[in-house]
Amino acid sequence: MIKFFLKRLALTIPTFFALMFVTFMMIRLVPGDPIEVRRGERGISPERLAQLRHEMGLDQPVLKQFWDYVWGILHGDFGTSIISRSPVLHEFFTLFPATLELTLCAMLLATLVGVPAGVFAAVRRGKFYDQALMGAALTGYSMPIFWWGLILILVMSNTLHLTPVSGRVDLIKYYYQPVTGFALIDSLLSGQKGAFGDALRHLILPTIVLGTVPLAVIARMTRSSMLEVLEEDYVRTARAKGLANWRVIGVHALRNALIPVITSIGLQVGTLLAGAVLTETIFSWPGVGKWLIESISRRDYPALQGGIMLISAAVILVNLLVDLTYGLINPRIRHGH
Amino acid sequence: MATDTAIVTRPAAPPGPLLSFWRSFRENRSAVLGLAVVIFIILVALLAPVLAPHDPLEQFKGATKLPPFWLDGSDPRFWLGTDAVGRDMLSRLMYGARISLFIGLSVMSVSMVVGITLGLAAAWFSGIIDVIIIRIMDLIMAIPSLVLAILIIAMIGPSLTNTIIAVTIVYLPRYVRLVRASALAELTKDYVTAAKVAGVRPFRLMASTVLPNCLAPLIVQSALGVSDAILEAAGLGFLGLGAQPPTPEWGAMLADTRDLMQSHPWVMAFPGLAILMTVLAINLMGDGLRDALDPRLKRS
Amino acid sequence: MKFVKLLGASLLVSTMLAAGAANAKTLVYCSEGSPENFTPAMNTTGTSLDAARPVYNKLVQFDPGTTTVKPALAESYEISADGMTITFHLRKGVKFHSGVNGFTPTRDLTAEDVIWSFNRQWKPDHPYAKVSGGAYDYFNDMGMPDSLVSIEKGADDLTVVMKLKEPNAPIMANLAMDFATIHSAEYADYLLKKGTPEQFDQMPVGTGSFSFVDYQKDAVIRYKAFEGWAGKPKVDDLVYAITPDPTARYAKMKANECQVMIAPNPADLEAMGKDADINLMSQAGLNIGYLSMNVTKPPFDKVEVRQAIAMAIDRDAILKEVYQGAGQKAKNPIPPTIWSYDDATVDWEYNPEKAKELLKKNGVETLETDLWWMPVQRPYNPNAKRMAEMMQADLAKVGLNAKLVSYEWGEYRKRLQAGEHQLGLLGWTGDNGDPDNFFFLAGCDKDGKPAGQNLSKWCDATFNADMMKARALTNQDERAAIYKEMQKIHHDQLPWLNIAHSTVFEPVRKEVSGYKISPLGAHEFQDVDIKE
Repeated sequence: MIKFFLKRLALTIPTFFALMFVTFMMIRLVPGDPIEVRRGERGISPERLAQLRHEMGLDQPVLKQFWDYVWGILHGDFGTSIISRSPVLHEFFTLFPATLELTLCAMLLATLVGVPAGVFAAVRRGKFYDQALMGAALTGYSMPIFWWGLILILVMSNTLHLTPVSGRVDLIKYYYQPVTGFALIDSLLSGQKGAFGDALRHLILPTIVLGTVPLAVIARMTRSSMLEVLEEDYVRTARAKGLANWRVIGVHALRNALIPVITSIGLQVGTLLAGAVLTETIFSWPGVGKWLIESISRRDYPALQGGIMLISAAVILVNLLVDLTYGLINPRIRHGH
Repeated sequence: MATDTAIVTRPAAPPGPLLSFWRSFRENRSAVLGLAVVIFIILVALLAPVLAPHDPLEQFKGATKLPPFWLDGSDPRFWLGTDAVGRDMLSRLMYGARISLFIGLSVMSVSMVVGITLGLAAAWFSGIIDVIIIRIMDLIMAIPSLVLAILIIAMIGPSLTNTIIAVTIVYLPRYVRLVRASALAELTKDYVTAAKVAGVRPFRLMASTVLPNCLAPLIVQSALGVSDAILEAAGLGFLGLGAQPPTPEWGAMLADTRDLMQSHPWVMAFPGLAILMTVLAINLMGDGLRDALDPRLKRS
Repeated sequence: MKFVKLLGASLLVSTMLAAGAANAKTLVYCSEGSPENFTPAMNTTGTSLDAARPVYNKLVQFDPGTTTVKPALAESYEISADGMTITFHLRKGVKFHSGVNGFTPTRDLTAEDVIWSFNRQWKPDHPYAKVSGGAYDYFNDMGMPDSLVSIEKGADDLTVVMKLKEPNAPIMANLAMDFATIHSAEYADYLLKKGTPEQFDQMPVGTGSFSFVDYQKDAVIRYKAFEGWAGKPKVDDLVYAITPDPTARYAKMKANECQVMIAPNPADLEAMGKDADINLMSQAGLNIGYLSMNVTKPPFDKVEVRQAIAMAIDRDAILKEVYQGAGQKAKNPIPPTIWSYDDATVDWEYNPEKAKELLKKNGVETLETDLWWMPVQRPYNPNAKRMAEMMQADLAKVGLNAKLVSYEWGEYRKRLQAGEHQLGLLGWTGDNGDPDNFFFLAGCDKDGKPAGQNLSKWCDATFNADMMKARALTNQDERAAIYKEMQKIHHDQLPWLNIAHSTVFEPVRKEVSGYKISPLGAHEFQDVDIKE
């Protein structure tokens, strides 16, 4: 098993290297210049521009720049952001917890609501609840989330004043230094009354917005997987034996039906990270997605490059883990038959 | 009596594949509803020059930010009101349907053609070509789709055509992987081996035997591909990276009204509803297609 | 015994703290974004400059709410008769913040600190010249390397002598700008010894009314009151709540989560004006938004064609829909708040018929042209895209078919400066309130070549000669007379069409008093108080 894992891991290395090269070249093909963009109306004299470019190593041949970059990464150095002038790796790990927290909450919401909804719909197949739930799921799946976010802000925050508009925690009311970077944990650690609740309230809308599409996917997936299992002989037998209906569904059917669902939950991580870009932009959520978008518009090459590399590494790793879990579960399913 | 009716229908020729497909599609009421809405949107898009009450680019001075007909202060000339510079919302939505459908269909057809070619090539040649194609697809999938699309657009500049290019690249792996997987499964079957031995040329073999057998999942995928492409393109438009002004693209229309969100909330309602309705209708239809063509197929 | 004493003392301290906390006045300012760092000399964005300003002082400063220069760290200064030597007399006993980043100052402000601050930007061999990337944009842009001969200690520790190559009328205004901030040389040495010089730009130590407490990126910056040379500020704690979305800022203000906010959404102004809890302050902005017409691209080389464009565009409609009333139609290239503004200028009227005639007369019936719009929101133009769409529709009515063009911001400006456009939107925000700071935008160098900022590539011999003449004069009335002449030339020749001077709106809670909008776009809080 470990050998298999290492082999798969080794296979991702060329992918990773190619990714590094492709993004590096793409970013350099983007017109615009990190120095020019900061200058506003004032502009910059050609001499000064040349001097600054030289200082930042931007006047080197691209391949040389790439080599220096790879060399840096091999030594754990992802470069320094042009805008904030702090190390990219540091910046990434400051912002990543925010994205991870949002992603995990969205996943949690999607699973906790999506699975029961799917099971319920499957059991009531063809009935009103099934149709209503699946209609809602498909609507969720079709939702342009940037619009959904705006509508929720408009209704929940601006009209009903139920939730805050943006940000992670009200750092004006609650004052603490981040320890883990997760607002929910840090607010608890701070021991300040109300801080946790405030952090939670800030999470509600972004979680709903980001969780909508995966929730729909999981609900639909659970339903169809459940329907398939309910048709299987052993479930029918169990039902025929007169075992209580809920027992059959809850213990026998659900356990088997969930396996493909779990896999699909894992595979949703990539989709979620893409969704996080829009969600973070709408809610001013200080995470990696918003940072990437800003880095593109500021032409902050090192930050953009490093950010894409690290995010992609995370996606590749998660997909690998999902594959492995699937590999672990799969033979057992076969034995079960 | 039941036997009588059976006898009456029997003389009819056995239903062709299209008819039998339609019969099973028809059973799914929501799919039929989806299809009806899709047809409606296509008609609106095609007939926009006839149907639209105004030129979508004409700015009516002094008639800016008007509310839709059911609210106070509306103007009977503009059913759904006007936008920030006084253009008719309804007309812009109608012309916007053209753009969104055009993007969706273009992305779908280009990725189909390229996807089928690459997928079949990967499956047939295997070895190094297969590895290269699959690795490239892995590469594309490793980068969050929206970030990749934005990067591509930053590189080639924002425009309608470039939106199509960017979204196509982002969605290509799905088609390639699908075709490759179906083709690989098909290639191991006896009849293909037999055909190979008989000396059927690879191209013909692919076109006549392998491809038709993976058509069903492809059709389903392509329907979903259209709706996903519309969503993705609207997202890009929302970030200002899609069709350029004054093109009435739905995502861009939404972005244009962000500053009016608080004071004139209805302006942002319509473009979003239009996107949702279109995508939902296509997805409903796609579900129906899947059930009718291949009940085993599951959607992720 | 000792223990009991200690316990008693700590109890006392904690009760004092608690009482202090109850009475502490906290002023929260909803700002727009995260600063790049806290060293003004390295920054050009208002967001970053605002974040450093509470901590620091300059030799001279702008009187809050005006562009008048008044003494600050320099108690007084003298300019020699030839205008080439300036002697600054520093205040005595100016204290630096203590306790920030473990630093305790051992001495007061001296000439050394002043010299250190300028040399960092000027001398490449300065120990801090390269720290944090070391790009000193404003210092170079304001022409300091070209005009400075030396900055040296004078007769004593509190005297600084600055020598110039030639007389320079706007230099005192320049020295009131943020790049001329005075840092602590002792703090710099302290960090150098600690081996962490880059912290100098992240954890600032200065002489200002507030000392830095901490900063969390994208979230909050905290400062606390400091009783320095200018006395104690009225509030105890100052907090910048970083809130990029204007709608969110407004929501926070309504909930009294912040008391002052930057840049409201123009569409929300009406509601803010009606809100009883909010005092919507406004002031004419020190800026100009304009449409450059590239005179090197025919037919825009013809002055009558440029005049026709001016008459074809309905600027009143633009003011209404783009500025949503938060602006003033511009007829001169300088804003009315600047001295020498010529109110007698008669603006071009909106008259598409006449424009059409004029175009026809010059052989233009239909024309394919371009119209560039910048991809960002700027103080002088809240929505360039919307403005361009409106102009496009106006131009279409007189037969001009304008294609809308835009690029990423840096690229956009670069291409405009290279003169790639025919028609292009841009603007300018004043740095120091001197008219020259606006007129140079249409200037050319001695060889008659358009300067980089001159997007229209327009060179008028009289205009340029006037500009040079005014720069060398020190008498404001004489200068004003010349500037009025230049406004006349600009109006007739129309290298660019003046669109608007935006009005700066800043909502503050009604509890707030003493806040003044700065015409230079600065946000200052040393005189601000809040009622409980």
